[in-house]
Amino acid sequence: MAKTLSKSSAGKSPADKNAPENPGRRDFIVVASYAMGAVGAAAFAWPVINQMNPAADTLALASIEVDVSKISEGQSITIKWRGKPVFIRHRTAAEIAAADEVDLAGLRDPETDEGRVARPEFLVVLGVCTHLGCVPLGQKVGEVRGEYDGWFCPCHGSHYDSSGRIRKGPAPTNLEVPPYEFTSDAVIRIG
Amino acid sequence: MSAKQFSNPVVRWIDHRLPVFSFLDHELHEYPTPKNLNYFWNFGSLAGITLVIMIVTGIVLAMSYTPHVDHAFDSVERIMRDVNHGWLLRYIHMNGASFFFIVVYIHIFRGLYYGSYKAPRELLWMLGVVILLLMMATAFMGYVLPWGQMSFWGATVITNLFSAIPLVGDSIVTLLWGGFSVDNPTLNRFFALHYLMPFLIAGVVILHIIALHRFGSNNPIGIDASGPQDTVPFHPYYTIKDFFGLSVFLSLFAAAVFFFPNFMGHPDNYIPADPMQTPAHIVPEWYFLPFYAILRAVPDKLGGVLAMFGAIAVLFVLPWLDRSPVRSARFRPAFKIFFWLFAIDCVVLGYLGGQPAEGIYVVLSRVATVWYFLHFLVFLPLLSVFETPRPLPQSISSPVLGGGAALAGAAANAAKEKV
Repeated sequence: MAKTLSKSSAGKSPADKNAPENPGRRDFIVVASYAMGAVGAAAFAWPVINQMNPAADTLALASIEVDVSKISEGQSITIKWRGKPVFIRHRTAAEIAAADEVDLAGLRDPETDEGRVARPEFLVVLGVCTHLGCVPLGQKVGEVRGEYDGWFCPCHGSHYDSSGRIRKGPAPTNLEVPPYEFTSDAVIRIG
Repeated sequence: MSAKQFSNPVVRWIDHRLPVFSFLDHELHEYPTPKNLNYFWNFGSLAGITLVIMIVTGIVLAMSYTPHVDHAFDSVERIMRDVNHGWLLRYIHMNGASFFFIVVYIHIFRGLYYGSYKAPRELLWMLGVVILLLMMATAFMGYVLPWGQMSFWGATVITNLFSAIPLVGDSIVTLLWGGFSVDNPTLNRFFALHYLMPFLIAGVVILHIIALHRFGSNNPIGIDASGPQDTVPFHPYYTIKDFFGLSVFLSLFAAAVFFFPNFMGHPDNYIPADPMQTPAHIVPEWYFLPFYAILRAVPDKLGGVLAMFGAIAVLFVLPWLDRSPVRSARFRPAFKIFFWLFAIDCVVLGYLGGQPAEGIYVVLSRVATVWYFLHFLVFLPLLSVFETPRPLPQSISSPVLGGGAALAGAAANAAKEKV
């Protein structure tokens, strides 16, 4: 900059008599100015970009509480959490047993059933197929549950078992278990 | 355009095929600029930067705004409370509109004082007036979007102006509204147009700059540069001057955004729009007040509307009303007095536009309105004939270096030899 400055003004104007005695000092001012300009631009860019992140009211809805005591054995409910369906199934003893007996060696995404539940009778998973995001069938009475008595994704044919683990089809991983905890015997808080 | 040799081979390769770097070098670097420009010449670039700030903040605000009568007000409140930095973006956008007009009004008065509208810059000036009109329309429609009481009643009053047009007035108003009153269709289309118009402004700004660079900037003396000794390259001399002015401007802008964000607004606009209840005292934003005063000064519906639009239309023909060959007010003693009287008249009109339309205010508005039009239609044409301007310097350099142009040229040559 300092060099171009003295070059471009050379012979063009009387400003030449103000040519710097010590170009290093002028270089410092130029670099410092650019640096301050960059800091200013970044300080303006951050709010402009960050406003696209979830707003406070969106984040306030990021956790919900569900009363699971009304779900009778064998019944499933679907609730909406962060804009996505969450499957809560009150599993029967047979379903729990079936999920426990599975040989982990034969699974694509090996996880024990115990590791996927807080209490064995309630399975809580995101109702989003891990393949490409469709909602699997199997929640309502009469819907196809797939070959492993869990869920079946109609989009590309993924079969999930009664622990929500992928058993057959293109999906790479098990149905995701959202973070949740029992705040009392009857209520779980998701998120 | 001279083909410039760039040292960077990539730049050279691109420039040979797509001469953007030559273009930028020509228009922003070597572009010869009169060397005597004062700080009033900062306001063009300030206006351009403010336009960019308004477009950037406007686009991100639109990401969280809902153009629906049931949700618009709440979505703006959500921007203020919940959206990350939403308060900052909205206050920048809201105050940015005011600062845009401050900058542009100073820019316009700079042009009026130094005669920047005179030949050969008439089209440059007229494009500027087009930009002013587009800005006014954009600002008005933007003010409607928060759907507060002032938004609603401002929209009602301004759209009703068109009902003054004989025969087709009511049909035009219905067309603008998309219904029988200002309602959801009106809000929807205002949002669409408010989003569109800044880009139209940007387009006219480009034409404005093309017209400017045809003959270069006017200058405080108002005479043409007689040669290279009267100019300096735009970069770094005016880039650095513009950046210094910009940092002062942004400091003031930031002070308003952070400490007085609602100073130039109206508290009634934080009340949701109510079509059944007009606020007791309804005024437009400050930048419309002079024109609002002219509107109210005329005791006739159509006459008031014509006077208000005429106040801007007269600017279009200004280059042909002021026939004096001398541009700068520095050399026009009588014009200088009338310029300042006119400036005071505009401020007085602005004050009166904010007062209730009754008693002495109406009388004063009428006097000020008459003066406004007399200035353009009578004083300026007469001054062109009867005023004796002071002698002009022979060149831009001569008032600084003393003596005539020959001496200035010799000084420049001497400087050249020294190097």
